Amino acid sequence: MKLTHLLTSAALALGLATGAVAQDTTKVGFIYVGPIGDGGWTYEHDKGRLAIEEHFGDQVETVYQESVPEGADAERAITQMALQGADLIFTTSFGFMEPTVAVAEKFPNVKFEHATGYKTLPNLSTYSARFYEGRAVQGHIAGKMTKSNIVGYIASFPIPEVIRGINAAYLHAKKVNPEIEFKIIWAYTWFDPAKEADAATALIEQGADVILQHTDSTAPQAAAEKAGDVITFGQASDMAEYKPLPRVSSIIDNWAPYYIARTQAVMDGTWESQQVWQGIDKGMVKIGEITDAVPADVRDEALALKQAMAEGEYHPFTGPINRQDGSAWLAEGEVADDGTLLGMDFYVEGISGQIPN
Amino acid sequence: MDMGSISPELLLASLMVAATPILLAALGELVVERAGVLNLGVEGMMITGAICGFAVAVNSGSPAFGFVAAAGGGAVLALLFAALTQVALANQVASGLALTLFGLGLSSLLGQGYVGIKPPPVARLDIPLLGDIPFLGRVLFSHDLMVYFGLALVGLIWWMLKYSRAGLILRAVGENHDAAHALGYKVVRIRVAAILFGGACAGLGGAYISLIRVPQWTEGMTAGAGWIALALVVFASWKAGRVLLGAWLFGGVTVLQLNLQAAGFAIPVEYLSMSPYLITILVLVIMAGDKSRAPASLGRIFHASQ
Repeated sequence: MKLTHLLTSAALALGLATGAVAQDTTKVGFIYVGPIGDGGWTYEHDKGRLAIEEHFGDQVETVYQESVPEGADAERAITQMALQGADLIFTTSFGFMEPTVAVAEKFPNVKFEHATGYKTLPNLSTYSARFYEGRAVQGHIAGKMTKSNIVGYIASFPIPEVIRGINAAYLHAKKVNPEIEFKIIWAYTWFDPAKEADAATALIEQGADVILQHTDSTAPQAAAEKAGDVITFGQASDMAEYKPLPRVSSIIDNWAPYYIARTQAVMDGTWESQQVWQGIDKGMVKIGEITDAVPADVRDEALALKQAMAEGEYHPFTGPINRQDGSAWLAEGEVADDGTLLGMDFYVEGISGQIPN
Repeated sequence: MDMGSISPELLLASLMVAATPILLAALGELVVERAGVLNLGVEGMMITGAICGFAVAVNSGSPAFGFVAAAGGGAVLALLFAALTQVALANQVASGLALTLFGLGLSSLLGQGYVGIKPPPVARLDIPLLGDIPFLGRVLFSHDLMVYFGLALVGLIWWMLKYSRAGLILRAVGENHDAAHALGYKVVRIRVAAILFGGACAGLGGAYISLIRVPQWTEGMTAGAGWIALALVVFASWKAGRVLLGAWLFGGVTVLQLNLQAAGFAIPVEYLSMSPYLITILVLVIMAGDKSRAPASLGRIFHASQ
């Protein structure tokens, strides 16, 4: 009895203490799907977190939890962060969507931001980047550079974001190289270096001399380097340690400006629920340096493509485009609407194989 | 749907690489279990070996030192298990599980500063004449030294257990530790030596993943390979030759299923992903239908007073 009493008062005292601190500073929490040292996806989110600290100094306190599994455990991790007094919590993987919604309903005074999802609440926003614009640039370079005409693609989970990336890359590779063929392996993981390395090796052994990845580690880069004569692209982060070969360019996710803006909004009390999807134009998607391994003319074309997308002159999904089964999707000159893109669950014409359920 | 794009030559060559980590770990565990000790800490010793090997290889610039350190790291962790089970007479199953959990935590701690670093490359052996033989040259004679070390270890352990005096004593300890003790053999000492050997082998297997197969360091990168090695020993009926077969089967089907996916085979991905486990277990269970059985003293605690 006495012990319980003691524990309760201790817990109360602790609660009071954290409450007092929370009034002075804004506490921003991050839930990561991988380790911050993955060199890819989570690494870039953590750079965004560090940018918040640098920008606001003593006004903010940031906390994070890394390698949180997608699923029931995520809900526990997010709840714990909300209980610790976080004012704003970013959950940075598609699989955190349901747990984030569940926790957001329980903590109406805490603001939540979920990356790459589509469910919102009055205190839950979503944000994502138009990675497919970067994929278009990669597809262009891949189509021009491949000698075997086989591009290997390490896909993670069959969700719209990944399928969109495959379609965007394929369309732009096909445009410059009608002979192109995509071989796709579904790894069913965001982060498993051994599996990613094996998948890259299998693709290379089947003749692929370009490897595109939608998984987060640098293992496919290492596998390509070991095999030689294979080019790759940095995913989510620059992966510059593999320059100039095999990594010839990259898609860099630049979250810092968004994270700083949203933290500022919470401080000012102007935060509102929204759905944000920004691309190259706003700087959320960046194209990493195209190395000298790429011929000058191909580099110029790729940069022109990037420029056209940045200025809004060109959309990667512009018709005529057919679905895989041959039925018409977009007519000549028609541009895909965001709703279809966000729910994309089909391959475009020319890609072989089926999307797993 | 293009079988032609899968090259059997490269497939077999990758199989040898994919099989090596579990082969090394399983061989170590085989010796441990033949001595009558059940060490469920293989996963923990593997991941500890992976980070020890990686850290030393990066700092010294020499993969060879890395592998030595990996064996050392695995053996040190195994020493903890030996102290618990052979000296303190703790339950082997519980101690082994604790060792795995401890190893996973310890390795993340040790690996804090090594994420995203590239290790020094390990050269593939270029064996002059043999490597030029068409087909066989690529499959058999173009690997790194550790692949051959694993194969040599299979032969060595098979020979030792079957023909040497040391092997006979080891088996006697594993089959009936009271009788072995009565004959004057140092049961505890022999078992500690076996446990250390098992730890060293698991460490080497882990370092093979972090230094050659991937090669980089990430937390939890062995991803269950230790448990597969443990299962292999049982399904292989505690025989070195069958451990090799099981490791090749598992490695082979793992590589094959990725290749089938890439070739656009119309089998659902989910079935392909479970196929390595299913096929390996199925084949080894069917083979285990003969009279072979577990060492009689496996997992039992020995104290000289009894």
